Amino acid sequence: MKNIKLKALTKSLWVFHLCIGGSCNNCDIEILDLLTPRYDVERFGIMLVGSIRHADVLLITGSLSRKAAPRAKRLYEQMPKPGVVVAVGSCALGRGIFKDGYNTPCPLDELIPVDLYIPGCPPKPEAMITGIVRLVKKVRGEK
Amino acid sequence: MSILDDIKEKLQGKINDWYEHNPHRIYFSVDKKDIREIARVMFKDLGFRYAIASGTDTPKGFEILYHFSFDKTGHMVSVRVLIEDKQNPEIDSLAVISPAFEWIEREMWEMLGIKFIGHPNLKRLLLADDWPEGKYPLRCERES
Amino acid sequence: MSHKVVIPIGPYHPLQEEPEFFQLFVEGEKVVDIDIVIGYNHRGIEKICETKHFDQVPFVVERICGICSTSHPLACVNALEDLAKVEVPERALYIRTIIAEMERIHSHLLWLGLAGHFIGYNTVWMWAWRYREPLLDCFEMISGNRNHYAMMKVGGVRRDIQDEHIPALKKALDELSRAVDMFKGAVMDDPVIHSRLKGIGILTHQQAIDWSVVGPTARASGVKIDVRRDDPYAAYDRVNWEVIIQEEGDVFAKTVVRILEMHESISIIRQCLDKMPRGEIDANVKDMPPGEGVGRAEAPRGEVFHYARSDGTNRPIRYKVRAPSYMNVASNKIACVGGTISDATITLAAVDPCYCCTERVTVIDRPANKKILNGWDLIRLSQEKTERLKKVVK
Repeated sequence: MKNIKLKALTKSLWVFHLCIGGSCNNCDIEILDLLTPRYDVERFGIMLVGSIRHADVLLITGSLSRKAAPRAKRLYEQMPKPGVVVAVGSCALGRGIFKDGYNTPCPLDELIPVDLYIPGCPPKPEAMITGIVRLVKKVRGEK
Repeated sequence: MSILDDIKEKLQGKINDWYEHNPHRIYFSVDKKDIREIARVMFKDLGFRYAIASGTDTPKGFEILYHFSFDKTGHMVSVRVLIEDKQNPEIDSLAVISPAFEWIEREMWEMLGIKFIGHPNLKRLLLADDWPEGKYPLRCERES
Repeated sequence: MSHKVVIPIGPYHPLQEEPEFFQLFVEGEKVVDIDIVIGYNHRGIEKICETKHFDQVPFVVERICGICSTSHPLACVNALEDLAKVEVPERALYIRTIIAEMERIHSHLLWLGLAGHFIGYNTVWMWAWRYREPLLDCFEMISGNRNHYAMMKVGGVRRDIQDEHIPALKKALDELSRAVDMFKGAVMDDPVIHSRLKGIGILTHQQAIDWSVVGPTARASGVKIDVRRDDPYAAYDRVNWEVIIQEEGDVFAKTVVRILEMHESISIIRQCLDKMPRGEIDANVKDMPPGEGVGRAEAPRGEVFHYARSDGTNRPIRYKVRAPSYMNVASNKIACVGGTISDATITLAAVDPCYCCTERVTVIDRPANKKILNGWDLIRLSQEKTERLKKVVK
């Protein structure tokens, strides 16, 4: 049942973008860039939504600062399941260059289960689109 | 008279260790008890813009550098104070002179543990509310 | 009967890319107080820099901010070169200027897009960001990355601008020049935008001085400061350009300053491309003597300040970074209070807050009569006000 729901959702993904602190914001700008005329992901039905309760995909950037961590966990729990978590950028992958900082306690996937990792600093919009396409294919069971 | 001569004239007797690293970078030290008066003279009387303050943990004590910029000529004058008492470091707050000093004093308080006497709102700025008491990230642990 | 209502903007709002919390206390429609809580983006970069070598520090500080991504390395190398009294080759100075000005254009276009969105002009958003793309392509051509160009190093630059890049750069500049003219007409001559932005979020000349604000926020209030002119670095004292000043201090003045600065940036880049001499791009600095250095750069948001202290080893013993938004965001306490809720979003956005540089802001909530609107609602309120004004003005 869960798989059917998820497959149905891949027709038109509603994305909630979350910057969980400890981010230089570059990944966030590149994500917003996807909406602009050159990449224009809205023509694929991918839309940014304003509330986590409407989202199918939780797009996370940032290296998880101590202050932001509890709120990030709460937001993940509020996301209606089934849903997909995507980590964008080196910081979300494993804190990147801030690995040894005193305010970045742990990598994101120790707090929230992540389904897709998109590396880069920042990842190019083309890389993000490739990642989402691969995820959609995987959910649908295609190769 | 250049702005540097103005400083020397107005703050006569209070300036120690005047050092000109290059024509645009000047450093001098003052006693910590004079800092409020000196900041007031530089900020209000002489028209410097307050850039920022940087606190450092050194073996001799906590050193705060107040960086003032004179934009008409491009001079950066940094005023150095040393707080020797590392067990109970405190200094007069400059937030009474201008709201521009408020945030950096809160930051220095939570990063180094320096108490700013007279600050209107000394509470955490950057660190989480559940950050452990007594742990100051910018303090150095040095072997004695 | 008045009741206090709290409106949170943040911490996670889709179009505010960075988490921060502004808490607005309102009575009816008017904002009476604002509390700003920051700390969500704090990464401890100053402490991290103490564990890196001097040639790694520009890479760390570059990731302080994604939008003013080259201003921090530029201030960093200025500080380290000030410390070590290094003489930088002339070609490197021109290349630094070109990169810094290209970044200024891209940042101001980004802000223009976001501001357009906040007041309901989504076309401005799409077009401004569309015109950023050729610029980002040029960055990719020169440095290999659309953002985080890693061009600065102590003593020079890491990559050269090749001769074959220059025609493409000049073509992009021509296109940008037409785009900026279009925005000038669309924004500065539109009566609805005039009535929407004029008189909103005013920061007076004296307030700008008291709060020590920097950048376009200060220049829009008549404070004549610009690090590029006051304490010249790179090649700014070798080309002709104007500092843009406006007097009113409202959001409209800040918009005008940014648009006209884009014009100046295009002119500076053209002059640099013509005047740039051939030669070395790196002074090959090997050692850092003990001492201290202060470096500044004029980021798109204002003065970036870096301070470095060395004890003769290959790591800094203290590294201090102060981004422009540290001073500018604090001044929102004055600029927002007295305005209405529908103007709150654009006022807060007008200082072009780069929260990653400063990471701040929270929203406060009062116990009695609590009504929570989220940031999405606030933007909607702002856009609705523009619609109402359109009916009145046109």
